[in-house]
Amino acid sequence: MQRQVALIKQSLFDQGYLDEQFVELEELQDDANPNFVEEVATLYFKDSARLISNIEQALERGSFDFNRLDNYMHQFKGSSTSIGASKVKTECTMFREYCRVGNAEGCLRTFKQLKKEHATLRKKLEQYFQLARQAGPKETARRPK
Amino acid sequence: MEKGFSPVGLRVLVVDDDPTWLKILEKMLKKCSYEVTTCGLAREALRLLRERKDGFDIVISDVNMPDMDGFKLLEHVGLELDLPVIMMSVDGETSRVMKGVQHGACDYLLKPIRMKELKIIWQHVLRKKLQEVRDIEGCCYDVGADWFTQAQFLGGGEDVSFGKKRKDFDFEKKLFQDESDQSSSSKKARVVWSYELHQKFVNAVNQIGCDHKAGPKKILDLMNIPWLTRENVASHLQKYRLYLSRLEKGKEIKCYSGGVKNMDSPPKDAEINSGHQSPGKSSSYAFLKATETDPKQLAPASVSDPTSGVHMPPKAKKTRIGYDPPNSSGVFDSLLPWNDVPDPLESKPPILYENSFLQQQPLPSQSSYVANSAPSLMQEEMKPSYVNEDEFLMPQDKNSTVILQDMDLSAPFSSNATSNTDSIPGSLNWELPEAHHSGSLDTDLDFTWLHGEHFFANSGLQNFQFQDYTSSTSLLSEPPPHLWYGNDRLPDPDEYTLMVDQGLFIS
Repeated sequence: MQRQVALIKQSLFDQGYLDEQFVELEELQDDANPNFVEEVATLYFKDSARLISNIEQALERGSFDFNRLDNYMHQFKGSSTSIGASKVKTECTMFREYCRVGNAEGCLRTFKQLKKEHATLRKKLEQYFQLARQAGPKETARRPK
Repeated sequence: MEKGFSPVGLRVLVVDDDPTWLKILEKMLKKCSYEVTTCGLAREALRLLRERKDGFDIVISDVNMPDMDGFKLLEHVGLELDLPVIMMSVDGETSRVMKGVQHGACDYLLKPIRMKELKIIWQHVLRKKLQEVRDIEGCCYDVGADWFTQAQFLGGGEDVSFGKKRKDFDFEKKLFQDESDQSSSSKKARVVWSYELHQKFVNAVNQIGCDHKAGPKKILDLMNIPWLTRENVASHLQKYRLYLSRLEKGKEIKCYSGGVKNMDSPPKDAEINSGHQSPGKSSSYAFLKATETDPKQLAPASVSDPTSGVHMPPKAKKTRIGYDPPNSSGVFDSLLPWNDVPDPLESKPPILYENSFLQQQPLPSQSSYVANSAPSLMQEEMKPSYVNEDEFLMPQDKNSTVILQDMDLSAPFSSNATSNTDSIPGSLNWELPEAHHSGSLDTDLDFTWLHGEHFFANSGLQNFQFQDYTSSTSLLSEPPPHLWYGNDRLPDPDEYTLMVDQGLFIS
């Protein structure tokens, strides 16, 4: 079971869903906070859902206040770096670039992609944590190759 | 020298509106064995910091926060509390980082932040502590001690004014001692202004005279001491002027020619300004901390725009000499242009002027006015360094009237009697009604130093400034007056009158 967990985690890294930061989080996990990584991830997804909804509303308004959108995305990007959400972060950067040049269409497209990545990661991590809990005490972190 | 400084237990305040990062940072910092307090709002953080003034060693804050700009928080913390602040952001754009540095951040970290980066943040706390101690103990003690010793050795009790001085010496000596006791015992190598060295200095200054620009460089050249630097001379000159200004208050008649004539040569002060500005920050900064007065203000000058520094004194000088305004408001007006860029040096010369005015007042009515306005002037001048125009405008008028009522200086200035001189220092030691906060100018100026060109209009600062200035004058060590007397050229009475007539304080 633990091997399965390990494999899933490795694939997350390999596929670029997660980066170094995730490993850092795992290294922070200790006896005092045995479920630290999961707690952080939960917190992230809760907060990022709020941010996504903010951006969504701003986009739906159709006015395309790029400054405001960029601010939101800045926040979102910062948040996403916290758990090492690599693909999500990439989409954030692209979105901000579109904001910078005032490309509304680009923003909308990127945002859609961003939401997709975000949802995917969420699901995968939920799976991972569930398995990990079932498997028992977490193994030590392994750096992604 | 830091008795047992340890990174363990460092009290860190983390401010970030991102709850995920707040949680992560808290865990990371705890793993570094720090004592962590988290805060999700900038305002809340400020409140916490103010509540527990000595409760934290360092602040880590995100740049982008909804309720307050991270840079603003940075300013506040630096200004009010003198704590090292580390900025964080996911954005590593040069302009942002630069802004952080300009606002006084001691470091700028990029998210995602690694443990290894947090493990060494204690260095900023230690560095700051070391700087503080170094500066406090440095100049003041070394420079002062010698003068004191010499003065007491050489001074007798015969000379009435010197006798009075003796009292001041004791007072100042005590202050010095207190300071040195409080500071750490380790000393840096500094120029110790021995009696001989100081004499050479005074000779050089007098040689140059007031008609020319007695700038540090000229003085240095005249002194012809190979190992002495212009910075050394510049800072000593500043102290000397402060000393003179005190002297003049004490002995109305004695007008130090250097001080008086200085008014005529704005460029000279400009030179001094630039002299102060160009030397390494370390020298100015040292002065700042050391004497807790103008030198402190000097430090900002060295970081601030030199040109504005150059501009200011000339304006002030003109006013002093009475080129323009016949009334007090004119005086104050002339000070207004100074507001933009803090230039500590500019406040220095004016004080000299005031003193010369003070001592020259032959007419009681005028003298009382002068006496009253002079301190207020001094106060005002101190203020502009740190305050923007608007703030400056308001206190002025208030000050002048208040001082008129409260200051009892008319009597002393009409004669040279001992009793008068005695009373002068008393009153001049300045329990001026308005401004007294017992703030620590040290820290404030520390901020200004830290923040380079950023002088935040903080009303608190004005008061701090002034108070410290006043106390600083008493801190000045004074060489035996009689030694100076010989070198001085007392202005003619006619000169006095002339100045008075042209003076600002004509009511």
